[in-house]
Amino acid sequence: MLTREQAADIFDRVKKFSSAEAVEVLFSGGRFALTRFANNTIHQNVSEENHVISVRTVFDGRTARAITNKFDDESLRQAVQASERLARVQHSDPDLLPMAAPNEAAGSATGGPAPQPAPARHFAETAAITPELRAEGVRNIVVVANRHSLTTAGIFSSGESFEGIFNSRGLSQWHTQTSAEVSITMLAQDSSGWQKSNSPSVANLDPLRLAETAAQKAVESAHPREIPAGKYTVILEPSAVLDIVGFMFWDYSGMAILDQRSFLTARIGQKLFGENITICDDVAHPLQSGSPFDGEGIQRQKVELVKSGVVKRVVYARATAQRMKRSEHKNSVGPIEPTGHGFPLPNEMGEMPLNIVFAPVDDSQSVEQMIASTERGILVTRLWYIREVEPFEKMLTGMTRDGTFLIENGRLQAGVRNFRFNESLLHMLSSVDAMSQPVRASGEESFDMVVPAMKVREFNFTEVTKF
Amino acid sequence: MKHVANWALNVAMQRGASYADVRVVAQRNRALSTKNGKLGNASDTESVGMNVRVIVDGAWGFAASSELGRGAVEKTAAEAVAIARASARVKRADVQIVPEKAAVAEWSTPFKIDPFSVSVEQNIDLLLAIDAELRSVEGVTLAETNLNFSREEQWFLSSEGAEIHQAKLSTGAGYAAYAFAGNEIQKRSYPNSFGGQWQNKGYELIEELKLLENARRIAEEAVALHKADQCPEGKFDLILDSSQLGLQIHESVGHPIELDRVLGMEANFAGTSFLTLDKLYTLRYGSDLVNVVADARQEHGPGLGTFGFDDEGVAAQCTPIITNGLFTGYLSSRETAHTIGLNRSGGTVRAEGWNRLPMIRMTNISLLPGEKRLSLEQLIASTDHGILMQTNRSWSIDDKRYNFQFGCEIGWEIKNGKRVRMLKNPSYSGITTEFWNSLEAICSKDEWTLWGTPNCGKGQPQQVMGTGHGASPARFRGIKIGSAFQGN
Repeated sequence: MLTREQAADIFDRVKKFSSAEAVEVLFSGGRFALTRFANNTIHQNVSEENHVISVRTVFDGRTARAITNKFDDESLRQAVQASERLARVQHSDPDLLPMAAPNEAAGSATGGPAPQPAPARHFAETAAITPELRAEGVRNIVVVANRHSLTTAGIFSSGESFEGIFNSRGLSQWHTQTSAEVSITMLAQDSSGWQKSNSPSVANLDPLRLAETAAQKAVESAHPREIPAGKYTVILEPSAVLDIVGFMFWDYSGMAILDQRSFLTARIGQKLFGENITICDDVAHPLQSGSPFDGEGIQRQKVELVKSGVVKRVVYARATAQRMKRSEHKNSVGPIEPTGHGFPLPNEMGEMPLNIVFAPVDDSQSVEQMIASTERGILVTRLWYIREVEPFEKMLTGMTRDGTFLIENGRLQAGVRNFRFNESLLHMLSSVDAMSQPVRASGEESFDMVVPAMKVREFNFTEVTKF
Repeated sequence: MKHVANWALNVAMQRGASYADVRVVAQRNRALSTKNGKLGNASDTESVGMNVRVIVDGAWGFAASSELGRGAVEKTAAEAVAIARASARVKRADVQIVPEKAAVAEWSTPFKIDPFSVSVEQNIDLLLAIDAELRSVEGVTLAETNLNFSREEQWFLSSEGAEIHQAKLSTGAGYAAYAFAGNEIQKRSYPNSFGGQWQNKGYELIEELKLLENARRIAEEAVALHKADQCPEGKFDLILDSSQLGLQIHESVGHPIELDRVLGMEANFAGTSFLTLDKLYTLRYGSDLVNVVADARQEHGPGLGTFGFDDEGVAAQCTPIITNGLFTGYLSSRETAHTIGLNRSGGTVRAEGWNRLPMIRMTNISLLPGEKRLSLEQLIASTDHGILMQTNRSWSIDDKRYNFQFGCEIGWEIKNGKRVRMLKNPSYSGITTEFWNSLEAICSKDEWTLWGTPNCGKGQPQQVMGTGHGASPARFRGIKIGSAFQGN
């Protein structure tokens, strides 16, 4: 992998090639490998190595970016020239700020508390995973499938990556991390089960436990019954919670408020959710992942987004914070300061919280306890193909998938055919009767988060499919 | 670049591969966008790299690298072989690929104007002019515009002797106007959502789209939606415009006919398919009027699924998918073709870039137009009571591709052959085969558009691919409308 020292050398070369008043280079890339299995056999098995640099130049309030994965002098020179050509022809933007200085990036320029350092996220054992080790992991999963007379499909991936940023004001940030992920589907004749987990450290994964749980779900949901759509008490496992709540976090952005595309427009400070919902963004949380700085190199701060159901504030890139302080919204959006959540410039979206953590629950219940206290309801393992139907009430549609069960009298009674839901997130998060302790969860519809399982009343299923 | 590919092929074969292919790919992309009168994005991206795909001991291996020096290329080839050997530890049967005559060929996208030759100033001026026109309509609270150009050059060489050089070019453009008022955000997009219209052609597409000319109408519709009535719930005859019908084809025909899905290879992520192998030549997929093809040939049009050869070196083909309503074909690859009794791949395998494994992807999956001359206005005029929906806003379908629900940006109630009122938040839902069997009228060729869907996701690691979908507006009988808002 590219080292910080090599990156510094590349940055020095880029600076020499540039005539811009300011230059910034983002570095990203690494090694990644993924072993994919289906029908109880490895059918795809890939690896890649790629290093990318992204050069941003600035001339008098004008900025643009050029990206390349070639680091020879000629390629770097061409990337610089491409960035400068794109920048020079623009109109000057009075909102474009000077690149961040090192003290600003560290949070000291805002006067706020220094962010907590993120824990180390690079693990040698994970970086050293070989194709043979992944194949062995898959073999063990297939053994579980065979024992239950099931067919399995899924992935076992591993990799190490870097992110870095250097600018001509002297800022330099570097982050490395490893990752490992296992996702398992178990298929029976007319039913299926699923589990997924990822972590910076492979030591935190337990593929056999995941395989057994997925197999159990497939077996227990066999011969699914069709029951009518309608409003049900629903127990959403953490992956299902993640998949659905992830659709609201694009809106926790100062830019989204300024653009009036956020459901939080004119609603910050209001109690939109139940008393039991408290959410923050915290890159330093031990169950979180990712780099501790944003697309301009600013340290990510811990930000309390929702407290006891009340939306407290949103996150900001530097320029968004400046614009918000001049806007009509300035007295109604809570604290306004750069929080270290900006995307690389230039961009249309501004910023977004990407390290979501739901607060620990005082009177938590396990999923089993939630089931035991449910007279009639539905247990949902996983959601699929979620899309926004209506943006201001945050109404979402999607399907259940891979393990949907009828609960009656405190027990799982049977698998049921999958439902389509049309549910408002505002309604859902105001209707949570019980939660588990939050865990690091992984899905396919949203990014990884630390979320609880939830028991939700009157969850709105509108249709039933044929399986 | 042939020498790079040959270095890799030599190492792969020396180390025991029974088959190997190499793709060396250079991609260039330009993205420009504006938002509310300012430039939103301005970036040029170049990515160059190579990959080696091998069969060793009856199993697949794949490795990719951005390094094109001889040492790095040979190391990548050796890694692909080692990965294949690891794959072979967990296999039930050896991989079989159907034969393909090794092609030696050149192919490139026809175009009139190279979009990269058009000055950035001209492009920004166009986007800002559209942006200004959108925001000149009172009530528009957010205006977004975008232009995207991409060029991909690929050298494909295989151990069977194929040597194919292709250069593909695509262009995309569009915009959206948002209107926020009260407790609602309404949106209109042109010419389509998903960043507009995308085709494999040059800058001439931008001139054909009449972007600026339509901006005021689109902005006015976004604002007018606030005063429109909510789309009613119930069963109605439904007319879909061609862009929404294109996405309907994508989701409820294009995905379920992917043979890798059918065979369970995508079960963990994208899902499987209701189109099990027993349904080939037996399932009434749609009414007699439904004729769908998977056509990657240039003569089908400049779709995002148009090419000379796929990423296994198989020439572009046209496969009948639905013929007069009968299900007649899948999208296949060299690995999967034999499972449906074919001795040649359907040529549908593509990869997002040099670092991704080629897999079955939609080409241009198109609903053929009606043979009798029928315009959209004539279709409306022949409708007693129905709802016309235009431009996708939300889309969702289950993991076997049965139950779907789509929302559109704007709807119109039709009574006695006339549009009588605008409707907001229109949506419809159904079951795939029931829906296609309810098709009762389809407009003719002059209403047919080959739409580009630039954002089709599939695979692990996920790959994003552009696909093409031709359609004319069509009418469906007795469709469930408005269930998205049922109970809310």
